Amino acid sequence: MQKTSVFKKQKPFRLPGFSFTLGFSIFYISLLILLPLSMLLLNVTQLSLSEFWQIISDPRAISSYKLTIGSALIAALINVIFGTLIAWVLVRYDFPGKSIMDGIVDLPFALPTAVAGITLSSIYAQNGWIGQFFDFKIAFTPIGIMIALTFIGLPFVVRTLQPVLESFKKEEEEASASLGATRFQTIYRVILPTCIPAILTGFTLAFARALGEYGSVVFIAGNMPFKTEITPLLIMTKLEQYDYIGATAIAFVMLVFSFVFLFSMNCIQWLLQRKKLQGGRA
Amino acid sequence: MSIQLSKVEKHFGNYHALRDISLAVEAGELIALLGPSGSGKTSLLRIIAGLESLDSGEILFDDTNVLTLSAKQRNIGFVFQHYALFNHMTVAENIAYGLKVRTRKNRPSKQQIEEKVAELLQLVKLDHLATRYPTQLSGGQRQRVALARALAVEPKVLLLDEPFGALDAKVRKDLRRWLRNLHNDFPITSIFVTHDQEEALDVADRIVIMNEGKIEQIGTPTEVYEHPASPFVYNFLGNVNLFKGRLHQGTLQNGDFSLQLPGYEEVQIEETVGYTRPHDLLISKQKIPDTVTALVTHIHPIGAVVHLELNRIDTNEFLEVEIPQEYFRNLEITKGETVYIKPKQMKVFVEDYVI
Amino acid sequence: MKNFKKPTEESKAVQYVLIGTSVLFLSLFLLLPLAIIFTTAFQKGLDTYWASISNSEALAAIKLTLIVVAIVVPLNTLFGIISAWLISKYSFKGKNLLLTLIDLPFAVSPVISGLIFVLLFGAQGLFGTYLLEHDVYIIFALPGIVLATLFVTVPFVARELIPLMQAQGQSEEEASHSLGASGLQTFIHITLPKIKWGLLYGVILCNARVIGEFGAVSVVSGHIRGLTNTMPLHIEVLYNEYQFTAAFAVASLMTILALFTIIIKNLIQWRTKETTL
Repeated sequence: MQKTSVFKKQKPFRLPGFSFTLGFSIFYISLLILLPLSMLLLNVTQLSLSEFWQIISDPRAISSYKLTIGSALIAALINVIFGTLIAWVLVRYDFPGKSIMDGIVDLPFALPTAVAGITLSSIYAQNGWIGQFFDFKIAFTPIGIMIALTFIGLPFVVRTLQPVLESFKKEEEEASASLGATRFQTIYRVILPTCIPAILTGFTLAFARALGEYGSVVFIAGNMPFKTEITPLLIMTKLEQYDYIGATAIAFVMLVFSFVFLFSMNCIQWLLQRKKLQGGRA
Repeated sequence: MSIQLSKVEKHFGNYHALRDISLAVEAGELIALLGPSGSGKTSLLRIIAGLESLDSGEILFDDTNVLTLSAKQRNIGFVFQHYALFNHMTVAENIAYGLKVRTRKNRPSKQQIEEKVAELLQLVKLDHLATRYPTQLSGGQRQRVALARALAVEPKVLLLDEPFGALDAKVRKDLRRWLRNLHNDFPITSIFVTHDQEEALDVADRIVIMNEGKIEQIGTPTEVYEHPASPFVYNFLGNVNLFKGRLHQGTLQNGDFSLQLPGYEEVQIEETVGYTRPHDLLISKQKIPDTVTALVTHIHPIGAVVHLELNRIDTNEFLEVEIPQEYFRNLEITKGETVYIKPKQMKVFVEDYVI
Repeated sequence: MKNFKKPTEESKAVQYVLIGTSVLFLSLFLLLPLAIIFTTAFQKGLDTYWASISNSEALAAIKLTLIVVAIVVPLNTLFGIISAWLISKYSFKGKNLLLTLIDLPFAVSPVISGLIFVLLFGAQGLFGTYLLEHDVYIIFALPGIVLATLFVTVPFVARELIPLMQAQGQSEEEASHSLGASGLQTFIHITLPKIKWGLLYGVILCNARVIGEFGAVSVVSGHIRGLTNTMPLHIEVLYNEYQFTAAFAVASLMTILALFTIIIKNLIQWRTKETTL
């Protein structure tokens, strides 16, 4: 029997394996993630501030930032609209071929980006299956980049929203209808607000993925400096010219931008949550 | 507003959920739909609300046929079992919802809505929680918000689906009384679904007892309790002792004892059941003729009424007896003792021959 | 009642428009590309197709890709299991930081994922001179490809397992431990059977990404034909040389694999749904 005084000092029970798993995880992550990533910081700090500024504010770099962020943003927004629609249709309606449509949504996750790249560029080339129907160029223009980024980001919104819609209670819709709301009012005022966090998460993931995307874009972009050169490609070009310093500086900018974006989206989500939890506590 | 249902039928696939339901609810009445789960009571409520379709039959509100009207157009208030509050809206926003979604022409002014919300919050005694979100409220508070929300649109009919089902016993009793008082102050025609007989007996003006998609009996609480129309109602409302046996020339032969049943002289049935409420059993320590011998197996001596559990010696069946505390003390019954039981009253259901 | 419309449903016309729009969008964006891949791959007949995937360069690319899979997938699976166990079974300081670090590769552009290894092991890199002196080749060789791919696919298995194991709690593990089982025994007999489908799901996702990784590998491989070209890089070379049929032939192999991945994924999801219902 334990004495009560001893009982208090007793350590909380732990399954065996804590130190091994902790040690292994820290070792693995330090070696594989922290050490390599810190190289970026190490190399950037070797530059003087003015050198660094000169590289990252080069007009070619600036136009690549604009193109990358702009097309990633448009692609993510397209995915928000169509992803929400597709998630809704897949959860709410029955139609022949539904399970195939549902399954195929994952294609952009499973298909290698290079395969997506060559396929999209041959579809949207001027003599391609779709490209031939337009009298303006799609492939090798910013539109082509947007299409590639929309393709790779498609599953994110659909897959984050689906479970939320599935668990949504029909009763809330019925309550809204019984209170006199039209179907549109019910969707807009009751269902949509519940979905906002998931849609925001989907948008965040799609945008973040599109920012860094390389494989599917290089083939369809045309890669003309100032016109269709995305930032990852600019880094690649600098590397091929053995301009490691330039590549590192621009990579650093990209990485910082990604982190700041992800961090602010997390803050927004957190604020949304907090508003709900703290409302009326005053 | 009065409600008139006639010959309502509903199937879910092969399942016959509602059979030939006809029911008249008078304006201002508080009606309970009582029945076990699967009896079709919730389906009936949802059909009245316009949340569910029916196969055939008619529903009139006053004299208007509402079948072609959607839930939105029927001017009903519906309170859901699990509240169905909008979690992203505050309590006040939830209550104001039904007014805010009206077309501009019919929508009250912002100030009028605010006043209405304040008034309702006061009615449900939640004024201090107006800016809270539903997830921050207790079950009882949520249910009151749901009720206020339904009342905000000034419905002509209030429909409540197991309104207190998800609450704990104490809160349930309070809310029940509160609903009764509310209905006295604002007599809106109301129908509520429940599987709790005590709740139905306590609150409702009239009770509709349902079983397997059919109405078994409609009546005031006293009527259905004192004069159950079917074995099902007898079983479902309150405790009951069963005496299975042969009915012959006005005598029920059961195990070792037989009982004269006046009024059944013309009937002859080989196998029937006599029903007796626990408080309609006479208990004695002395052997008297035509009694059942039983062993006292358990005594619940708490409260004004003492519950005794007995075991019949002849058939080994279980019997339940309720006697007043005072009588119990006078009898001085202890566990394990042998006692003699005789029904003071018994009801036998014979088809088309119910007394 | 034919004309009764449930209050939770849209009218049929609206439904058809929404379904039509979705199906059109998905067909245009996903099904059409699939069709194009196979029609282009086979447009010059089976013989050309076979030649495209069985020549020595293609075979070398396939072999290299399989070697990378054989190294990377088991390592990241092991890490995934161990880190998921750590995060779901214990509470400790810095847990959220660890979670963020595991997710980090998701937020890094593939090109940057390659670049950081060049900065470490390249000729001008931190260890560059040392490696050169000792004749060890990492960049423009297999180790570089493996490292870059490892980095990119670190989160896949862990990310699948962590929420699953957190949701399952640990009372069964504690019971097993109290009955005298060791940590490893507990894992093999209790935890593994509970997480096997989630684990398989994580592994096939990881596998798909390892096979298809392009940007990171592109940076570190050096594109040496028959030596450091993985399948995606081989496709790029063929495509840039206007050998479209050959490029799509190799691409079709990877597409079949992608389709298998999707099918297995759906089977697993279907299975877990069945068992939880």
